[in-house]
Amino acid sequence: MELLIGLCTGVVFGFLLQRAHVLRYDKQLGALRLQDLTIVKFMLSHIIVAMIGMYLLSDLGLAKLSVKATVLGANLLGGLIFGLGWGLVGYCPGTSLGALGEGRVDALSGILGMLVGAAVFSRSYDWLLTTVYTWGDYGKITLPGATGLNHWLVIALLAAAYVLILRFIERKGL
Amino acid sequence: MRKDATAWNPYVAGALSGLLAVASVAVTGKYLGASTTFVRGAGMAERIFSPDVVTSLSYYLKEKPVIDWQFLFVTGIFLGAFLAAKLFRDFKIQAVPDSWRQRFGPGAGFRAAVAFFGGIIAMFGARLADGCPSGHGLSGLSQLSVSGFLSAAGFFLGGILMARLVYGRK
Repeated sequence: MELLIGLCTGVVFGFLLQRAHVLRYDKQLGALRLQDLTIVKFMLSHIIVAMIGMYLLSDLGLAKLSVKATVLGANLLGGLIFGLGWGLVGYCPGTSLGALGEGRVDALSGILGMLVGAAVFSRSYDWLLTTVYTWGDYGKITLPGATGLNHWLVIALLAAAYVLILRFIERKGL
Repeated sequence: MRKDATAWNPYVAGALSGLLAVASVAVTGKYLGASTTFVRGAGMAERIFSPDVVTSLSYYLKEKPVIDWQFLFVTGIFLGAFLAAKLFRDFKIQAVPDSWRQRFGPGAGFRAAVAFFGGIIAMFGARLADGCPSGHGLSGLSQLSVSGFLSAAGFFLGGILMARLVYGRK
């Protein structure tokens, strides 16, 4: 049952990604070249809705947050390495499958590369555990937890910041 | 900005996908993510050639090569995109993206090679950071996770840097 729900969730997500035209290479690179920020608009709208919804569920005791650990070395270095690869392949892991679905066959090369990348990582994991994963390990922290501020205050501030960013983007015609 | 007459408004589609993410958490407790599936997929492929690898490498023991919720979620993205593209007459077989063609010409082999190479780097980075723009970018930022903000900053910083290298200052 859970698997079937996963499939359905993916179908709806893929449908929305395709309809917003954010799957394609030109849109992803458009954002990275700071020329067409459609994917940023999509992501920030998603985040504004989801952060309110998820914290509401959590406050009502209807869901548990699932926060990933903060390790400065791994997050920053891994993020940077991901970005460098992203600028070349032009798809992220989720959108690569969707891009293939709308006929962008170069995404298939990207997907094969990503599978190889996962295999390479599996062979580096033990070494990374004793190095990069020890650099600045703060555990599973959130912004409200780290600052001591109420989570609704943080959400309100971030939502306001995101709206301002989006307004700036619209004014610049990006 | 390029005008897409046929595309949905990104704010509407993004907000709807946000509702979807909330519904997913409410119903199954699952947060959107994609890159772990590539580890499971790589494990499945490796198992065909050498079963020992999958039982000896600690990372494959951590992320076992099994079909789970996220694996089907990622499969669903493919199906959903295909469905939407077909329904809205948007489906197009294309081996070389428009902006790539303008910069490097119509060679599909070169584009495929760069996509493959970029894919290796991107997935290595995503696994090191423990997430991709779905897991860290969407789910992480939605939960106000510090790791999400750090990783997302890395994603865009690295991406903007590489885009600059590939396309030059423009």
